[in-house]
Amino acid sequence: MSVSTLAPPAHRGPSPRQRAKRRRLIQYVVLAVAIVVLLFVADWQQIGQVFFRSDMIYATLTQGLGTALLNTIIYSAGAFIIGLVGGTILALMRLSSVAPYRWIAGTYIELFRGLPALIVLLAFGLLPLAFSGLIIPFDPYGTVWLALGIVAAAYMAETIRAGIQAVPKGQVEAARSLGMPAGVASRKIVLPQAFRIVIPPLTNELILLVKDSSLAYILGLSAAGYELTKYGRDLSSSNANLTPLVIAGLCYLVITLPLTFLVQRLEARARRGR
Amino acid sequence: MNTMSEAVTDTTTPPTAGPGEVVVEVVDLHKSFGSVEVLKGISTVIHRGEVVCVIGPSGSGKSTLLRCVNLLEEPTSGRVVVMGEEVTDPDCDIDRVRSNLGMVFQQFNLFPHINALQNCTIGQINVLKRPKEEASTKAQENLAKVGLAGRESAYPAQLSGGQQQRVAIARALSMDPGLMLFDEPTSALDPELVGDVLSVMRELASEGMTMIVVTHEMAFAREVADRVIFMDGGVIVEEGHPDDIIGRPQEKRTIAFLQRVLDPTHVRAGEEDEAHYRRHAADHWTGSTTRDDDLTPQPGIPH
Repeated sequence: MSVSTLAPPAHRGPSPRQRAKRRRLIQYVVLAVAIVVLLFVADWQQIGQVFFRSDMIYATLTQGLGTALLNTIIYSAGAFIIGLVGGTILALMRLSSVAPYRWIAGTYIELFRGLPALIVLLAFGLLPLAFSGLIIPFDPYGTVWLALGIVAAAYMAETIRAGIQAVPKGQVEAARSLGMPAGVASRKIVLPQAFRIVIPPLTNELILLVKDSSLAYILGLSAAGYELTKYGRDLSSSNANLTPLVIAGLCYLVITLPLTFLVQRLEARARRGR
Repeated sequence: MNTMSEAVTDTTTPPTAGPGEVVVEVVDLHKSFGSVEVLKGISTVIHRGEVVCVIGPSGSGKSTLLRCVNLLEEPTSGRVVVMGEEVTDPDCDIDRVRSNLGMVFQQFNLFPHINALQNCTIGQINVLKRPKEEASTKAQENLAKVGLAGRESAYPAQLSGGQQQRVAIARALSMDPGLMLFDEPTSALDPELVGDVLSVMRELASEGMTMIVVTHEMAFAREVADRVIFMDGGVIVEEGHPDDIIGRPQEKRTIAFLQRVLDPTHVRAGEEDEAHYRRHAADHWTGSTTRDDDLTPQPGIPH
């Protein structure tokens, strides 16, 4: 029996594991030094006054934060519904066997994914001026819903299309073999599975919409239509203090962080298999 | 032709056929995928109550033939007549014909978002327009029949492969089909689960169900089939009674195939040439560079 032996180390000095350990130690030291410097150099009193002034916190909370938060939710929820319906229709058009439908949907999707949402929102804000007599219902809600929903539909269409295509071909074959017409097979077999697949990415889309609803600040809104960003910005600029904006930002996190957590749960569940 | 025009005018009830009648008639069926011709003129007739097993090497076109019967694949040319309706006729209401054909797939293809019972009722409710209670009763009967009583509320992911395939058979049976098509129903199953599925199929056959079974289970074919069709290279090479085809095959290709299937480790001296030919032919078509000489020892690789 022969015992194989390793070749002697090619060069001297610390072993690779020792070197990795040393490198890690250096990184910890750098971090610790940075924190200590920050603690001593920064003017914490000033920072506290600018970002977290107590009387400003009180003013922000009492002057209409609830309305602004509610408006943010209404704007994004409405846009999400329009985007979802529009996106589903576009996805089905994109997969249609009728070529012009595919072209129309393809053009729409590329167009609105390529344009800044702000431009679309501005355009919708100006439409009633350009076409005299045109009234967008539920203004300003209708304007924001339409503008953000039209953009969101383009993104959601691609997500939903991917979801539909992720349903195995055998599912359609099994459904058609039972004698289901193509439409019934879509509604009863393919779409329910496709939506299960796309729920996590669509929830991500909702998170993006909650943040994009802040673009509505650009429209000439009356106080009743203020959403979080407009509300925080107005208070901040009239008081030359950032506290209202910080609170508005925290409100966004109150909405988006639970949604992010939900997406993680849904994705984990999807990975485990249905 | 008379029976056909009758069937076409009668649009309310599914087409039916009496005992001994022709259930499937395939005439000079051709099917190409792009430039590859998979079926090169298949003709056969299947009668009511017959159990026909289709065997042959992979790529011989047996699954494609089965899928042409319920038009999952559109034939390139030729005629397929199922229960008096010419499914290759563009005016044929294929959904109505399919509702009277049961199809069982290699990969089960159960609907994963609904439970076993709903898998068996969804076709009855949406296609046959049966009331929910009637559909449920029928589904429960068929699940019991395949040995899955009590598993009605299980979702496909909670069932083993063998159980899933039996639900798939129950799903097809719930449509009260006049013909059952099986596309390699046990090929995706773990060996110990194959028996349950085959015994369900055996029972179906004994009840007089007309069945076309594409399979690699030679013992099953020999025991259950009334007729065995051996296909190779897109044509029917040989067909007849299982004792003749599997027991005493006449054609060289059938003999070679059966030897490979029944004893895969056994290679006769005379067959080695054919094996080499096949390997190289396959390489030629797939563009693969694998050659026999790749197996010779390479310098630098210790043995």
